Parts: sequence; structure tokens; C-alpha cells
Amino acid sequence: MSEISSSTDSSYSRQTGDEQAGQDNARQIRIDAGKTVPTTQNEPAEAKISVRNLNFYYGKFQALKDINLDIPEKRVTAFIGPSGCGKSTLLRVFNRIYELYPGQRAEGEVTLDGRNILSKEQHVNQVRAKVGMVFQKPTPFPMSVYDNIAFGVKMYEKLSRYSMDDRVEWALKKAALWDEVKDKLRQTGTELSGGQQQRLCIARGIAVKPEVLLLDEPASALDPISTLKIEELISELKEDYTIAVVTHNMQQAARVSDYTAFLYLGEIVEFGDTSDIFTKPTKKQTEDYITGRYG
Amino acid sequence: MTEIALEQPATVGDPSKILRRGARLDSLFRGATRVTAMLVFLAVLSILIMLVIGASPALEKFGFGFLFSTAWNPVTEDFGALVAIFGTLVTSAIALLIAVPVSFGIAIFITQLAPEWLKRPIGTAIELLAAIPSIIYGMWGLFVLAPLFADHAQPWITEHLGEWPVIGALFQGPPMGIGMFTAGLILAIMIIPFIAAVMRDVFEVVPPVLKESAYGLGATTWEVVWNIVLPYTRVGVVGGIMLGLGRALGETMAVTFVIGNAQQISPSLFMPGSTISSALANEFNEAVGEMYTSSLVALGLILFIITFIVLALARLLLMRLSEREGTHS
Repeated sequence: MSEISSSTDSSYSRQTGDEQAGQDNARQIRIDAGKTVPTTQNEPAEAKISVRNLNFYYGKFQALKDINLDIPEKRVTAFIGPSGCGKSTLLRVFNRIYELYPGQRAEGEVTLDGRNILSKEQHVNQVRAKVGMVFQKPTPFPMSVYDNIAFGVKMYEKLSRYSMDDRVEWALKKAALWDEVKDKLRQTGTELSGGQQQRLCIARGIAVKPEVLLLDEPASALDPISTLKIEELISELKEDYTIAVVTHNMQQAARVSDYTAFLYLGEIVEFGDTSDIFTKPTKKQTEDYITGRYG
Repeated sequence: MTEIALEQPATVGDPSKILRRGARLDSLFRGATRVTAMLVFLAVLSILIMLVIGASPALEKFGFGFLFSTAWNPVTEDFGALVAIFGTLVTSAIALLIAVPVSFGIAIFITQLAPEWLKRPIGTAIELLAAIPSIIYGMWGLFVLAPLFADHAQPWITEHLGEWPVIGALFQGPPMGIGMFTAGLILAIMIIPFIAAVMRDVFEVVPPVLKESAYGLGATTWEVVWNIVLPYTRVGVVGGIMLGLGRALGETMAVTFVIGNAQQISPSLFMPGSTISSALANEFNEAVGEMYTSSLVALGLILFIITFIVLALARLLLMRLSEREGTHS
């Protein structure tokens, strides 16, 4: 936090981050052995987040077992699986939000651009600046639409009023919400409709210019039209962001994602191209789940 | 009522009879609850009438001047309420100034930061603090707090802050230990449990996912508390503060012990004074003559009105807040 806010220009920290990513890619190749690589027909992409031997515990209960996977940069990776399989838990490791609760702990390594975000030296706010999260239920803050967006931005950057206005407009446009709320920026965020609230939350996440967006069932509380808008939004956002999305909705995973990971009982059963997973899964469990035989 | 009807076997009798009996009982029940609710009006009204009748001789004699007169002379039967009003407002203000931040800290610590095993003991201690009778606070204040304050805190404060322009005047006078400031301090300790308990309860209902969203953006604990938790709960927080203020305004025994009971207005918080309730508690026994008694009842009426105004202002504030928040809250 302090490191970032001390540099008035936020792009500074991001640039240094990218340089590190460049250096670390070399290292990535070295440690590639043994990882779960998505066998791909998609255009090859660099791994943005790499998970190595990740175990996660709620107290004594082990929720994730020896997870290994790479989340490719500027792609949409979907996590599917029955309730309680650990997909949300996995997402919550990527920005260390689980740390808020005593008794929850992660072991292993999760690297973002080659830096282990689980290490003690890694400042948690730096991780969260790069990894934004949107939850299942829309969670507008109890403040105006404008302030909802500006809240996060203010923590990292000192912007003039004018540039803040620009940033808010940019984020709302990016989240396909600008046209609907441009005349109600001073209204409370909670007065928007559910779908609008969720896009506001996405805009809020984008406004701090993260590199990764974690979406935890972002459309499951929304009506079909709002869901469609969110899905379109996800497809657009992957131009600029690495997106990881947890969903219960198989069709949604098939529609929006490039890669899909199927989790069951805390383990990754299968991980690969979304088209492969849904058309020719290699594991029986995966096939059973996507055809609705259990879960 | 329908449940009873359903449980009865069909042979017992005409079901419509049972239903009718149910309806009769129900209307009886409704009537009874209405009566208990009306008792509240009755109590408020009868107290108000008693106060107005009792105070009327004094109010007739002194008029509106009663509010602005500092006189309190039983011999010449010249009375005024300003000293007591001043003392009441000042001690309550001191109490709020101290209690609100402390309660806020307690509530935030319990709800956001404390490890699980520590939450319960702190919560219980707060409840115990609230359960202590006010006369015990008074004794503790007089025998423990006041001497400590006189020996240690007061000389230091007078020495270091007494020289300052403007606020220096607040901290003058001999270190007696008793006085307005000590009374405010005791009041603060007494209302902290109430304010802290309300704050804790409302902070606890903030949805975890809302806090997670803010933490997820990289907010610090302070930023989450100040920008998310507090705005989300402000109606409840204001309510809790008003509850504390209401208690501080009317608190009698503890204040009577430590305020010094002097009929004077002094700019220094270290000087003795009196509040409406302390004056009432001290002087009703020795009040002779109609005018003396009536003036004391008039003081009571003023306290009633002050409390009423505080409550009304709180309501107004809450309405404003929820208006700004639109349909929610």
C-alpha cells in the first residue's frame, strides 16, 4: 500500500511489474515440468497466475488438495464443479481475501507474474491492487455511484478532480454502464437495479486498473438479460484483463471461457480448452458432471 | 387460531363454533395489547401534566426569565435555571466527547479485530459495566476517581493546558478532584457500555461480503471501517449515541456525588457546578415554601423538555440520513 501510494503515477508500479514479468517468464519455463498445462487449440498465452502444490485449509478441513494449474494471460478461465468443490475457495486464494478469517490458511505457491503472492514479504494490498474481485451478490458500497468507483482509485492514486471524473467515466464505460447511470452519478449505488449494481461492482474493480479480475458467480443472482450483459462484458474485458470466473452455470462457462477447470472434492479433475472439456472430456467424472449426472 | 381448529377431531363439535370462539379470543387479545400500548401515552401525559401544574407558580412568577437567570436564593425566593441547564449540557457534552470515540474503538475492536476467544470476555465486561447501579459509580467517582484526578491528572493538565489561549480558561482552579469535568468523566464511563453495545450490534450486521469487496480493492482496516462500516450503519450509530446522551442528561446519583453542587457558572471545567438532576436530588428534601418546590419542579420540566428536544433532533437527523440514502436503510 505505502509503496504504491508513494508513487503518484500508478503506471510506474505497473511498468516495473511488467518488467519483472518479462524476467520471470524465463524462469517459468524452467519450472514448467509437472504443471497442469491446458492442452490448447487456442492461441498460446503466457501464464499470468501459476499455482503450484496449493493446499488450503478451513481449520482442520482441507478444502483444496495439491492444486497445480496455470491461468493464461488475457484469457477467460472458468472454474466449474459441484457446490463445495473448492472453486470459490481457489478464487479467494488469488487475492488473499481468505486472510480476513482466522483459521483459514493456504500452503504452497501462487505466483502472479512470477512473484509468489502467498509469501509473507508480499504486501497483501499490492496483491489486491493487481487482482480485483467481484462477488456473487452485488455489493455496492453505501455511497454514491461516483464514489463507489472513486473509492478504490483514491487508495492508490492522487488524481485531480478532472482526471478522477475521467477515470470514473472510463470505468463505467468499460463496464457498459455509463449510458445508464451518467445522469445519476450522485445517487446512491444501492438504488440501481441488481444487474446495474453488479456492473457497478465490475466497474469499481476495473477502475483501479488491475491485471486480473476474479469473478465469483458474477451472474447467478441476476435476471437473464443482466446475465447476458455481464457475459458480453466478460468477453470484452479479456482484451485487457486476465479473468478467472467461478460459475454454476455450465452453458455460461461454455459461452464465456477459453479454458475450463473442473474441480471435484478439492481437486482439479480436468483442465483444458473449454471446447474440449465440453465436447470430449477425458475423465468420466467430468463427463458425468457436464451432462448433469451428478453435482 | 386455524391451527387449533385443525387439530380438533371432527367429532368434538361444530367447527364454526370453534372458529367463532377463536375470533372472540383474538379480538380480546387485540384489545388487551391496545390497552397496554395506550398506557404509555397515559404515563407520559400524566407526568407532563404533573410537571406543568407543579411548575406553574414558579413559571408565573419568573416567566421566561427563569431560563436565563443564574439566581438561586431560597432566602429571597429568587430562582433561575441557567446554572443547572448549563451544568447539564456541559457535563453531557463532555461525556459524549469522551464516550463516543472510546465506544467506537471498543465496538470496532470486538467486531473487526479481536480474536474469537477475546470477544466474549470483552462483551461480558461491557454488559457488567452497564449493570452497575449508578450510585456505585458515584461512590467510586467520589472516593477513587476524584482523589486520583486531583493528585495526578489535574495539576498536570492545568500546568500544560492552562496557559493556552482560550482553552486554557477551561482548565483553571484548585485541584479539588470534584467538578464538572469529573462528572462528565463519570457519565462517559456510564454511557460507554450503552453506546458500545449498540455500535457492536449494528457493526455486526454489516454483510461480510461488503467488507470483503472493500478489502478486495486493497482497503486497509481503517478505510473499510470509516468508508464502509460506518456509513452502512450510521442510523444505528446515531441511535446509540442518542441513547447514551439521553442517559447522560438525566443521570442523577453519580453526578450528584462528584459535581460539587455549587450554584455557579464557571468557565473552568475543574470548578464545581450542578446539573438539573443533581439539584433536584440535593434540594427536594430541604425545599420549604411553595416557590422553592415549584422552582425545582420547573427544573424537572425543563429537563423533560431538553430530553424531548434531543430525541426529536435525533429523529430528524435519522430521517435526513435515510432520506439521503434513498429507499434503502
